[in-house]
Amino acid sequence: MSAATPATTPVAAPAAAPVVRRGRAGKDPWAWVVEAWLRGHASLAYAFLYLPIVIVVVFAFNDNKLATTWTGFSLRWFGEVFKDQVVQAALRNSFSVAIPTAILSTTFGTMAALGLQRTPRRFKMVFDALTYISIIVPEIVIALSTLVMFASGFELLQSTTGIKLQMGVPTIVAAHMLFNISFVLLLVRARLDGMDRTLVEASFDLYASPWRTFRQVTFPQLLPAVVAGFLLSFTFSFDDYVITSFVSGPGSSTLPIFIFGQVKRGVTPETNAVATMMLFFTLAMLAVGQFTLGRASRKTGGSGTGGMAGMIAEQA
Amino acid sequence: MTATPASAKSKGGRKGPSALLTSVLVLPAGLWYLLLLVTPLIIVTVFSFGVRAKNGGYSPAFTFDNYIKLITQPQRLEPFFTSIWMALGGTIGCLLVGLPLAYFIATRARRRKGLLILMLVIPFWTSFLIRTYSWLIILGKDNLGGMIGTLIGNPDFRILGTPFAVLLGLVYGYLPLMVFPLYVTLERMDRTLVEASKDLGAARLATFRQVTLPIALPGLITGSILVFIPMIGEYVIPAILGYGRTFLMGNALVDAFLQTRDWPFGSAMAVGLILVMLVTVSVYVWFVNRGRITRDVSVL
Repeated sequence: MSAATPATTPVAAPAAAPVVRRGRAGKDPWAWVVEAWLRGHASLAYAFLYLPIVIVVVFAFNDNKLATTWTGFSLRWFGEVFKDQVVQAALRNSFSVAIPTAILSTTFGTMAALGLQRTPRRFKMVFDALTYISIIVPEIVIALSTLVMFASGFELLQSTTGIKLQMGVPTIVAAHMLFNISFVLLLVRARLDGMDRTLVEASFDLYASPWRTFRQVTFPQLLPAVVAGFLLSFTFSFDDYVITSFVSGPGSSTLPIFIFGQVKRGVTPETNAVATMMLFFTLAMLAVGQFTLGRASRKTGGSGTGGMAGMIAEQA
Repeated sequence: MTATPASAKSKGGRKGPSALLTSVLVLPAGLWYLLLLVTPLIIVTVFSFGVRAKNGGYSPAFTFDNYIKLITQPQRLEPFFTSIWMALGGTIGCLLVGLPLAYFIATRARRRKGLLILMLVIPFWTSFLIRTYSWLIILGKDNLGGMIGTLIGNPDFRILGTPFAVLLGLVYGYLPLMVFPLYVTLERMDRTLVEASKDLGAARLATFRQVTLPIALPGLITGSILVFIPMIGEYVIPAILGYGRTFLMGNALVDAFLQTRDWPFGSAMAVGLILVMLVTVSVYVWFVNRGRITRDVSVL
């Protein structure tokens, strides 16, 4: 602001400008040094965050057969990837895991958030504890204990009834749903807590049925959280490696499992091409979220940073 | 807390959803917690008192041998300590990078803030696995690793496969989780307090130490917990960037369950790991309850 002043009143400017600056930060001549350092630090931090992502995408277009040195632009790895039967199967599996996981987790998580509003206090406490435990317990512990449960359970089932079950897409979906239900539950509940209760009261006062109140008052207000929950659980499920790798069976490898296997043998341009495709899908999800929720929050005069990003930042 | 509006309404005698509807709403999620969280954890606890079957796996027994092995054999306990040290280092690294970054974002104009936060959410949203393995390319001997090698005149110099690579991966992977809560506290900070401190003649460093830091403390503790806990159980980063040589708890667990197939011992380790988490979280909750951390930025 103060920079604009000299342009309008050129005569008074030389005298006025220093006074203004002294009033702001005159006692602190180091202010600009700190500011410059902050800027430099932030730029480096963002570069640090984005470098690996950029590298993967750039090297997916690398002509060289060795993934690590750049020789020229090429699209051929994407061609190879689309011809690769293994990648195609992995892509199919990834979607057949992520879509049901997202739908079921969002439904169950939202239902639970609504139900928990009116359960007895003690029940709610136990439920909350389980929700947090499902998030706090390391993924690797959940993965291995779920593996042990399925393995022992299926063995027991076969020895007693002769029915032979195998791990595969259903077991992956079941395991993914556990932590995604918790995330949806927390997101929706945060929204419920911040909701304007008087609207529900008004709706009841106008003799609307509970179902109608839910459909026309509660649910529209919850929708942003539900959408965010759906996109979040889709992405978490789509990207998950640890749990997936332990509860998957023959023929149910997903894209992250494919990538991990490739990485263990040495990164190839094909790995980068598959990774780039994955990045594209998940960032499309984020973009959808940002767009729809950004609009929703503008409509309701939402606060803070708004959109999906703000929701996630504040949730954490 | 949230029960108040609901109970107030039922007191008002309005027709609300019945108890049956409530249980139907809560049932599926409850069932999932029961079948896929409680059951597996109970099984692991039971297994931890068993013995290894001849061909690997679990054979029923009741013995404390696995826990005794875990405590008395130093090489078995080592991954625990490595994990805790690495997680501590990673948390400190996240703080060093994250605190100035959060302060920078919080002091920008409103519109800029939104963009900068979005720019933090994007990497957070991106596959952890992909972001991790990319460091294989960056730190590899064809790129940064080799460059530093020639620079210091040591052709055998490697970054990958060292604890440093794992530490870097940890800081990189969890940085956004540290910045979010820090940002939330700093953003709500009353800027006039800083002005007042300066007006009273406090030096910049004193202002930071006596005004900004105490205000940021809740976010700082929450952020540290948010990154420290998953870092202890991290599996992918040490497996990829440490070549499995920096042996953390996650790697030791997978080794026990899948390589040596000693399920009871692996289960004992898992129980130990869960106990470490619970202790950490309890300390945190104790802090929250003492009022050191305001409710609105706590994870719990």
